[in-house]
Amino acid sequence: MKIKPQIDFSVVDEIIGRYENPSESLISLLQDIQEEYGYLPTDVMVRISEQAGIPLSRLMGVATFYSQFKLNAPGKYKVLVCMGTACHVNNGERVADAVAKTLGVKEGETTADGLFSWEEVACLGCCSLSPVMMINGQVYGKLDGKKVEQVINDIRKAELERAGQ
Amino acid sequence: MRFMIGYGSCGIAAGAEEVAKSVRERLSAEHSVTVDLVGCNGMCFAEPLMQVKDDEGNDYYYGRLTGEKAVKIVDAFLNGEIPEENKIEGDELKFLKGQTRIALRHCGIIDPESIDSYIEAGGYTAFDKILKMTPDEVIEQIKISGLRGRGGAGFPTWFKWEAARKENTEEKYIVCNADEGDPGAFMDRSVLEGDPHSVLEGMMVAGYAIGAKCGIIYVRAEYPLAVKRLTIAINQLREKGLLGKNIKGSDFEFDFKIMKGAGAFVCGEETALLASLGGDRGMPTPKPPFPAQKGFRKQPTNINNVETFANVPWIIENGGEAFAAMGTEDSKGTKVFALAGKVKYGGLVEVPMGMTIRQIVFDICGGIKNGKKIKGVQIGGPSGGCLPEELLDTPIDYKSIGATGAIMGSGGLVVMDEDTCMVDMARFFMDFTSKESCGKCVPCRVGTTRMLEILNRIVKGEGREGDMELLQSLGSSIRDSALCGLGNSAPNPVLTTMRYFKDEYTAHIEEKCCPSFKCASLIKYEINPEKCTGCTLCGRKCPTKAITGSVKNPHVIDKDKCIACGECAASCRFGAIFKVSGEAVRYE
Repeated sequence: MKIKPQIDFSVVDEIIGRYENPSESLISLLQDIQEEYGYLPTDVMVRISEQAGIPLSRLMGVATFYSQFKLNAPGKYKVLVCMGTACHVNNGERVADAVAKTLGVKEGETTADGLFSWEEVACLGCCSLSPVMMINGQVYGKLDGKKVEQVINDIRKAELERAGQ
Repeated sequence: MRFMIGYGSCGIAAGAEEVAKSVRERLSAEHSVTVDLVGCNGMCFAEPLMQVKDDEGNDYYYGRLTGEKAVKIVDAFLNGEIPEENKIEGDELKFLKGQTRIALRHCGIIDPESIDSYIEAGGYTAFDKILKMTPDEVIEQIKISGLRGRGGAGFPTWFKWEAARKENTEEKYIVCNADEGDPGAFMDRSVLEGDPHSVLEGMMVAGYAIGAKCGIIYVRAEYPLAVKRLTIAINQLREKGLLGKNIKGSDFEFDFKIMKGAGAFVCGEETALLASLGGDRGMPTPKPPFPAQKGFRKQPTNINNVETFANVPWIIENGGEAFAAMGTEDSKGTKVFALAGKVKYGGLVEVPMGMTIRQIVFDICGGIKNGKKIKGVQIGGPSGGCLPEELLDTPIDYKSIGATGAIMGSGGLVVMDEDTCMVDMARFFMDFTSKESCGKCVPCRVGTTRMLEILNRIVKGEGREGDMELLQSLGSSIRDSALCGLGNSAPNPVLTTMRYFKDEYTAHIEEKCCPSFKCASLIKYEINPEKCTGCTLCGRKCPTKAITGSVKNPHVIDKDKCIACGECAASCRFGAIFKVSGEAVRYE
């Protein structure tokens, strides 16, 4: 996945070409695009519309309907905070508060260094570990404010060290 | 000897990777033992898990493992000993022994990434059997079994199959609804991760019965491991020549497609799911036409849920009567529940229909955590309802649950203790459904928003006289006039909490008090000067600097600055900080 997209339309065209019927497979197609760019850049949406003959209005309608699709570039680390029932009962909102506090940005936003973005999501399905959050596919369970801070700061530290080398 | 390590996404999150690595390293030179990475056996409370089957066929269960602890257990077994440390026994083991497993029959036992493991356990014999039956005979067995849809609505499965079978077209589809979106339910994920072939086999049986050649699995994108294991399973079927044309020399043709959902709860609704499969916004359409007449690509389509399909091979193998022998008059077989919340042993539990909620919570799941008192259970997720302690003896069947105002739903069961505020709970679910409302019909789009606004002001201590009547009237209107099941059932959590926990609403609205000390706007923290030692810890923890005081002198909380986050009470080692709500007081 590229973090800063260099729009190369041949990649977009190749993805469109994977589908026999791009209109019917629109959701899978957009998922592939997002896998490539990390989000759905506007220029790419225009290109899909032109190449596949799908009205831009419909593309944007679908992109804004499903919570998975992002129209802005996310951070390198995507923090998903579970808002499921079990997490709620076990004080999940404090995890969200702690993430917001540690990152210093609101839900749906990306930190200035481009490292982190965070959002609240419906159940991650790990209810027995509640409250939980997921960072780039890895689940962190039985959290409290302190643990959240530690997990995020550890990642941040590792990134800074990597950048320093 | 066989070692089985629970390797579902919940187990992996709890540390099963390290356990598996350590055990495999230890056993790399031992040829007489096998180590299998299996799905989750449902004992979520004790993860990471390992099951040991000795050469005599005895099973031993171990939990809360680390790599080191697991290796110790392995060493002991190799020395002919049965270690006691980390062993799951007594009450904890009752969790497993009290169950009747059909949909989960292979979860935690077979290797979900191996088709041979599934076949060895009796897999694909149901498929062999139906190839010698007529489609009508297959549907007849499902009818005898009394199987009803496990996704929520509880519609008889045979009826849907028959409706699709009757349609006289060449092109038909089988769709597996794996868009498990109920917050608090995770049985579909567990089945897909632990036993994907049973779902595929169930779909193939359904395909044969209605005359479909293509099976589509619509699965949540949030379940990457389920998608991976399904993909592996489908590829294995293909390698074995069990997909494509003339399967096993018959006239039957079948193949699978996986489609990942993109995060919309409403897509669990059949017609919305079909819109999503066609690349559109997942918005429901009025029924009729039913999917069995006009579904995917406007062709007859049969949609069932994961758990429903997982039951099908068992029914075919054992006969419809065997399934119907379990359960109650109107609800046959078993149902899987996902137990979470304040319950002692949370996880996946499969029990015969007709068992009471109390039996599930207390006899199987060990009751309430930390010795607290149970207040009630939330059953059926955002479409379901909250039932009080007095109704815990309600048997689990579609009719009895429906009579309480809740629904069976997909089987989420969240247990709540005295610390759970029912108004906050209702607000939580209304927040969820109003966000997930697709916006197509007015009752749901506007109605849920208005209900949420009222609930928000109640939990903030700004509730007004007449709010409960307003909620009741809005709730009834939405229930009667919304377009789809999501809207119809959205008021359920509010209506049931108002019915069974009216006092809590009254306390919030009239006394501006949260009896469960949960709603932040209605509670304040105070410090008992006699207990406070002036250690200054709470002051340093307070995010808003609301706590002042000098070393070794009692501290004071500035009520105007306090946001009631609870950090101070959680950090106090002397129990000096207490909560006040209305006239009630509680120490942490």
